[in-house]
Amino acid sequence: MKLSRKNGLRASAIGALVVSGALVLSACGSDDNTETPAKEGGKTTTSAAASNISCEGAKGKLLAAGSSAQRNAMDLWVKNFQAACEGVEINYQGIGSGGGITKFNQGQVAFAGSDSALKDEEVAESKKICKGGTGVNLPMVGGPIAIGYKLEGVDNLVLDASTIAKIFDNKITKWNDPAITKLNPGAKLPDSNIQAFHRSDESGTTQNLGKYLSTAAPADWKHDPKSKSWPAEGGQAANGSSGVATAVKDVEGSISYMELSYAAANKSSTVSIATGASAPVAATSENASKAIAAAKVKGTGNDLALSLDYKTKAEGAYPIVLVTYEIACDKGNKAETLSTLKAFLTYTASEEGQKVLTDAGYAPIPAEIAAKVRAIVPTLS
Amino acid sequence: MATTTPDIQRNRRAKSASRPGDRIFSGMSRGSGITLLVIMAAIAGFLTYRAILAISKDSTNFFTTFEWNPAGTPPVFGIAVLAFGTIVSSIIAMLIAVPVAIGIALFISHYAPRKLAKPLAYIVDLLAAVPSIIYGLWGAIFLVPYLDGLNQWLDEYLGWTYIFDKAGDGPARNLFTVGILLAIMILPIITNVTREVFLQAPKMHEEAALALGATRWEVIRMSVLPFGRSGIISASMLGLGRALGETMAVAVVLSPSFLISGHLLDPGGGTFAQNIAAKFNEANEYGRDALIASGLVLFVITLLVNGAARWIIGRRKEYSGAAA
Repeated sequence: MKLSRKNGLRASAIGALVVSGALVLSACGSDDNTETPAKEGGKTTTSAAASNISCEGAKGKLLAAGSSAQRNAMDLWVKNFQAACEGVEINYQGIGSGGGITKFNQGQVAFAGSDSALKDEEVAESKKICKGGTGVNLPMVGGPIAIGYKLEGVDNLVLDASTIAKIFDNKITKWNDPAITKLNPGAKLPDSNIQAFHRSDESGTTQNLGKYLSTAAPADWKHDPKSKSWPAEGGQAANGSSGVATAVKDVEGSISYMELSYAAANKSSTVSIATGASAPVAATSENASKAIAAAKVKGTGNDLALSLDYKTKAEGAYPIVLVTYEIACDKGNKAETLSTLKAFLTYTASEEGQKVLTDAGYAPIPAEIAAKVRAIVPTLS
Repeated sequence: MATTTPDIQRNRRAKSASRPGDRIFSGMSRGSGITLLVIMAAIAGFLTYRAILAISKDSTNFFTTFEWNPAGTPPVFGIAVLAFGTIVSSIIAMLIAVPVAIGIALFISHYAPRKLAKPLAYIVDLLAAVPSIIYGLWGAIFLVPYLDGLNQWLDEYLGWTYIFDKAGDGPARNLFTVGILLAIMILPIITNVTREVFLQAPKMHEEAALALGATRWEVIRMSVLPFGRSGIISASMLGLGRALGETMAVAVVLSPSFLISGHLLDPGGGTFAQNIAAKFNEANEYGRDALIASGLVLFVITLLVNGAARWIIGRRKEYSGAAA
């Protein structure tokens, strides 16, 4: 009896400890929670105060999925939109372009984000979900793909399409290769091996780099330009944008490709591209916008799929760019989410929505194309 | 003894079957057993169905192709590289982990003073509780830079063995590093199981050996190891199962490519689970079927390994101390 009471006491003491511990922990947790919105609140409220976000008909939950390249942009948009429109919940899962399109064509999400326009067979498949219509590509986010590198003593490396192709194809293996020294007179290039890293997972970034290389340097890049997995042989690989970005940060003599925001986050140097313009072009969101401005719409009707001009020689136009599309039905969207979908896409395509992109390392869609998107979104049905 | 036990068991069974609690319990345990079989059959059926969908459209030989591009036209994919990488990295892991694990287990069970044995056993248990993604991050950030030196040393002095010949000077993100990482990951499970088996070695045998004037090493060699042999094998197979299927740690550490190379220190290769993790997100419907087909192969390899272990244990039973 005595013994059990003692045990009971001890048990309750431990219980009390655990509970108070949990309280302390959760108190810390809730502190953090309240702190974060407060910190960012400055930004949100200022933009919300000046915002013209129209919440017309927006209500309930909107599910979306797709490209991880635009996830940071989506996060900002969703935050601003939800702050302006009460009771709306938008959930964007950055599971990858392919996964997003699959989910869209199974009717699980209201729209998908994709780094490449729908293929013919995907359009055909979308007709099952979009009753009386098809899935259409609405360009929404642009972004430069930076070529990050780490090479001591070399700050402003300049390369052109053909050398980049040869480096990633293991045809140029030394940093002091004549092709590189020719483009970088005066730079102290070491006699060391180039460690070229590529993505080990399938990625729209890989695909867009492949499209650029096979258009701008067709003689030196003969691999499948549509492949989302790395098509060439050799070289080193790492998992995800963060994986290659870390590799470039850690390994001397390394080079890889990644979205600009990742290079910026790791403070990696990025390559300027010799495009044939009077000066080599640095990887910035401004320069990427100039290249996207040269793009032509190749889609018909409500479809705004773009064909990018990778060979552009325009002054200050950074040619390795990626455009992320939002994919929705032009007709036959689900009735219960249609008004929310329209309100949200109206916001993202608006001048205000596009302005958010520059701060996050993305490039806004050129005004002319954004105007077309703004004309199409209200006609979705 | 041998004649009386079955009688007692039969009597007990006959008696207790009439009680409701016993009937409920036997029903529940039977149900659990059947559920397990149903789950296994469902997994096998699902994998086989999706794999057939994929393989029937593969334009090349599924087992001998060195490429993975199910989204291409025509689709091309094969598991040769994955099978090679999975088996090679697991063999390296086993070569390192099994001797070390047996050593630790013997130390804990027979050599260490009791004060040291308990905390040591506890630490080994703790190793098993670390999630694999943590091992992966530790491997990529800490282990890989530290293995660069070892790789260079191996290349310089053992390069003539072909397998340690290293071509470039890139970071050590290769199958050899993966093998070492997997060895650390499977160490606790092998150690724990073998330790338990060694502790159960009949004391009479050990004392008999001691009485005959055997040293401690001779005692272990004559009574503990023969008794524990089947235990060592099943422990190793459990570890091998984990090594074969390890996903995240490999995906983070390895620099994969679709090439088979006997040079273990060069980056490249890949494993089934790593490939599935890397490709699944962006894969289309058909690409997923192709990945599931590779998953089926891993499933079959694991079944074969387990079957082989059972067979070895069954065959060895008569020699082990347990029969005496």
